[in-house]
Amino acid sequence: MSEKVLMKGNEAIGEAAIVAGCRHYFGYPITPQTELTEYMAKRMPQVDGVFVQAESEVAAINMVYGAAGAGARTMTSSSSPGISLKQEGISYIAGAELPCVIVNIMRGGPGLGGIQPGQGDYFQATKGGGHGDYRNIVLAPNSVQELVDITILAFDLADKYRNPVMLLGDGALGQMMEPVAFKPSSSVAPAKPWAASGMRGRKEPNIINSLYLQPEQLEKHNIRLQKKYLLIEENEIRYEELYTDDAELIIVAYGITSRIARSAIEKARAEGVKVGMLRPISLWPFPAAPLAGLASSANAFLTIELSAGQMVEDVRLAVNGAKPVYFYGRTGGMMPNPKAIYEQILNVMSGKGGK
Amino acid sequence: MSDKIFQRPHSLKDVSFHYCPGCHHGIIHRLVAEAIDELNAGDKAIGIAPVGCSVLAYEYFNCDMFEAAHGRAPAVATGVKRVHPDALVFTYQGDGDLAAIGCAEIVHAAARGEKITTIFVNNAIYGMTGGQMAPTSLLGQVTNTSPYGRSEEGAGLPIRVSEMLATLDGAKFVARVAVNNPANMAKAKAAIKKAFELQQKGEGFSLVEVLSTCPTNWGMTPLDSSEWLEKNMIPYYPLATFKTPEGGSK
Repeated sequence: MSEKVLMKGNEAIGEAAIVAGCRHYFGYPITPQTELTEYMAKRMPQVDGVFVQAESEVAAINMVYGAAGAGARTMTSSSSPGISLKQEGISYIAGAELPCVIVNIMRGGPGLGGIQPGQGDYFQATKGGGHGDYRNIVLAPNSVQELVDITILAFDLADKYRNPVMLLGDGALGQMMEPVAFKPSSSVAPAKPWAASGMRGRKEPNIINSLYLQPEQLEKHNIRLQKKYLLIEENEIRYEELYTDDAELIIVAYGITSRIARSAIEKARAEGVKVGMLRPISLWPFPAAPLAGLASSANAFLTIELSAGQMVEDVRLAVNGAKPVYFYGRTGGMMPNPKAIYEQILNVMSGKGGK
Repeated sequence: MSDKIFQRPHSLKDVSFHYCPGCHHGIIHRLVAEAIDELNAGDKAIGIAPVGCSVLAYEYFNCDMFEAAHGRAPAVATGVKRVHPDALVFTYQGDGDLAAIGCAEIVHAAARGEKITTIFVNNAIYGMTGGQMAPTSLLGQVTNTSPYGRSEEGAGLPIRVSEMLATLDGAKFVARVAVNNPANMAKAKAAIKKAFELQQKGEGFSLVEVLSTCPTNWGMTPLDSSEWLEKNMIPYYPLATFKTPEGGSK
């Protein structure tokens, strides 16, 4: 499939996983990601793959723990409340250093929240979510094509670092249809000599585990994990810049919000307003250095999210007080329209500040 | 030279167990290892250890192992088996792990007919955390969280896991055994071996519930514990084969 096809975001993720060689999917229905689970139910048998509808998100993530530990490229997906249920398993997967891909098609929260798009799981995704000192690699696409490309990348990064990778989308991205191309992929899972696949002639058993009862050993394990996270921070920061060269105001937005912001930026630019955007693609590791760099040329930053203000904390840390950082967000499944963002841009540019 | 007629099973590592004196885990580990050896399945065996006293089972079995989160071993085993359908996949779980926090996982693994084997060690108490009430603690049993004895009002009645799971069509072999005397040990070993054999044949889910003692947390000597098991546990948890592929119970 190299020609473009019209696909729904959720289904495109599923097909991309298959292109990446994922043959083990474990899921549980929840709006607004259910199409992905349904797509895998339909497609996996066609590619000799395994689809299991688990009894819960808790079970699904533990099936992923088992399949990943057994050496397979594996994936699960859910939406916000279901991702909360998976956090125990994600912590174990991070602790046991297993590669896997977890898709969160975010909806509004907290609690049962709603079923419309949200970005309120940023803290959960990037700051841990489960217990203990660990990091997920968190990737945030903003189009159906990028959902495809980044899903494939997610499997590669998971294997490269033996680390869970979370694809952080939202209900709008999951539900919208756009043309996509599935390029032939060179993505191949590496050999996994550490996997618990049965000894089959190997001399020593392989053990998949996150338990270290001796404090000295556990600290050593944690130090090793932190070194890995540092390596990821050095190598895997991804972002896109738009009109940042001469921008006096830098918008920071990710995912679907960056698409809306772009419309507002184009309108403002057409009127000569010097506004640009930095769009983080990797939310962890966060593109702090490029933002810090822009703080020397721009006068202000405006972070836009479908939350009450989560990523803005990382923007403030990156800018480190050098320039003012403003925030504009909508929650509950409400989306800002380009006009609202345009007005925010003018407010900040005229010195009135943001909300 | 005399012939060696008794030795450590190949499927057990040459390390000391951490289990308390008189605890049955050591015996049960040995029976599982012997069954794996006799089926010559060590090379394809993959075990899933639980959270509880047998949390370190991955240090004892000489085969590939996972340590699972509390109660999740059947889900982990599902993932493993779906990747390696030719492997002999077993979970080793206690009563808190399986019958409380992991109830959903065990019921649905059985309902799906996952081709895995669960060794369910029922000693009617939470051992590792120091003696709290389990779903299988008997009525009147004194534990640290039922200090006045387990009462039906508030704590309900103990769960008979084997009988419950035997109602599911996906469960092809379900048996309850004990290891409190040599005759029972022999029957326990036969049940474990049969469960593994049925898994190898691709029959479906199998579970062997093994009644076990916990002298430390029961506050008894090992001998008194075995007697308490005989007098109190077996009447409530009868030793039987509840389900076989041949159909029905026997």
